[in-house]
Amino acid sequence: MKHIIIYFLTTLTLYAQYPDGNVLLEKIDRNMISRNKIIISRMIIHGRRASRTIESKSWIQGSEKSFTEYLSPAREKGTKMLKLDDELWTYSPSADRSIRISGHMLRQSVMGSDLSYEDMMEDPKMQNLYSAGVIGEDTLLNRSCWILELQAKVPDVAYHSRKIWVDKTRYNILKEERFAKSGKLLKTTDILEIMQADDRWVAKRIIFKDALKQGRGTEFILESIEFDAHIPDYIFSKAALRK
Amino acid sequence: MLAIKLAFKNLIGAGLRTWLNAFVLSIAYVVIIWHSGILEGWNRQARRDMIDWQIGGGEVWQKNYDPYDPFTLTDAHAPVPEKFQEQIKAGKLTPILVTSGSFYPEGRIQSVLLKGIDPQQSILKLPAGSLQKDNEAIPAMIGTRMAKNNRLKEGDYVTIRWRDALGTFDAAEIKIARIFKTSVPAVDNGQIWLPLDQLQNMLQMPGEATYLILEPGQNPIKISGWQHQGYDVLLAEMDEIIRRKSIGGTILYTIMLLLAMLAIFDTQVFAIFRRQKEIGTDIALGMTRGQVIGLFTVEGAVHGILAAVMAAIYGIPLLSMQAVHGMAMPEGMDDYGLAGAERIFPVYSTALIIGTVILVMITTTIVSYLPSLKIAKMKPTDAIRGKLQ
Repeated sequence: MKHIIIYFLTTLTLYAQYPDGNVLLEKIDRNMISRNKIIISRMIIHGRRASRTIESKSWIQGSEKSFTEYLSPAREKGTKMLKLDDELWTYSPSADRSIRISGHMLRQSVMGSDLSYEDMMEDPKMQNLYSAGVIGEDTLLNRSCWILELQAKVPDVAYHSRKIWVDKTRYNILKEERFAKSGKLLKTTDILEIMQADDRWVAKRIIFKDALKQGRGTEFILESIEFDAHIPDYIFSKAALRK
Repeated sequence: MLAIKLAFKNLIGAGLRTWLNAFVLSIAYVVIIWHSGILEGWNRQARRDMIDWQIGGGEVWQKNYDPYDPFTLTDAHAPVPEKFQEQIKAGKLTPILVTSGSFYPEGRIQSVLLKGIDPQQSILKLPAGSLQKDNEAIPAMIGTRMAKNNRLKEGDYVTIRWRDALGTFDAAEIKIARIFKTSVPAVDNGQIWLPLDQLQNMLQMPGEATYLILEPGQNPIKISGWQHQGYDVLLAEMDEIIRRKSIGGTILYTIMLLLAMLAIFDTQVFAIFRRQKEIGTDIALGMTRGQVIGLFTVEGAVHGILAAVMAAIYGIPLLSMQAVHGMAMPEGMDDYGLAGAERIFPVYSTALIIGTVILVMITTTIVSYLPSLKIAKMKPTDAIRGKLQ
């Protein structure tokens, strides 16, 4: 009995040292979400035999609107993607057609990467989807971080639970694991490099990986990011896809 | 009768020329019967196998289900109506639940259809009984094509990933409990069969199905939201393929028949030219022109009879041997998703044989009649004198 009481007291003391997970989640969202941003990035898709690099420019407004244009390679140049709330449109210059990606097609991989259209469509405000609890501490990239366990609080979420490593002072995510309902690890995100943009800290080099699949995953390199930039309204229109 | 007797005498007298014509025509007989027999054999075998392995006595689809559009699968499920339960309990109807997922053989990702089937069902030949509860992993069965393509064997474990009814990802290990061999690729390629109740739990769709399969001979109960599909729909694709193959075969027969008819036509023209004196004498002795035309037409048509006899002499042993041993089908046929066994056993029906004989006889008679019309224009006196006309 004495041992049990000691165990509970120790556990309670430990948890008492941890901050509230949901408060941390709010801080993470605040760090990640801005009024708008313009991003230039490279995506390196590592295949079995070779790797492909796709360069793109994205205009993002809040969590509802985003517009991406692929800049290279020549094969993908001019391909555009428009997200308006829960609708996703793609434009292919070779076919000169805009297609709405919906239903089952949202589950397809984007350009053969380890990311699906749905991953891109997901509400970036994690506090809308998950409730969080801090379960430990760790050190990643020489930064001290909290380990948060996220449990879905809405039924129609793609990943039932997640585990994220969050910088204790900068509140940016340094590592993430996404789990199936059964608890099986499905996807991992490893941040290899971070950078400061204005007063925020963002991931510069990220590796996304389907944990069930062999391979080196998909590397995402942030070339530049501009927060609260001026983005004209016409960018987030279907007409902009054909321009 | 006289005309037939004379025709036989003349033909036998013509020697090698007659037998060459008859031989070419006999090939046409054998090829037509062989090709039609193969198609009929394939058709019957494929229909039988599809009924045994895939469609039973027909299917009842949930209203959103379209087997040709995988995007419909997300919404193509509903609780099995109460009215079906009696037939299900009696083993006359079996529910199937279908969803799309991914599986990871050797660390590769592949799209797959996950299909739930009742392990107790006996309507289809699928060995669903092998899907017995396993505490370690979900038991699964796959076809030999799927096993070969993914280098899987019985007892192997592989990870599958799917989404439940609300779209949340889930993943688990399955154990390949059974690899079955079937001639119907539609139940094999890209499919994993799981116990129905387990798939219903995995998808959070208790008591739901995508479609139901009827036992042959059973009539479906009409229920709104569920549509009965009979053989006219389920076998339409197979029927269409056979129809197209038949058209391809007809071109082959036409070429064969044209060659044979060309030889007979040529022979007739030559015979009329050479036997002008005989024609003139026949008319002078009292035969009407019609009777002489009849004699020559019968002579040509008798080629068809001789060819039939000749075809029977070598064709019956050849075709019978193939009916017993069958014909090996090309390996790549599975890639087209067509039902077809490794060997096709041709079926030669009486109607096919009689039909072919009638077709060849009519064609031969017409081809023999056309050159004989020239006789009607001949002057018998000139013909007796041997004057060329």
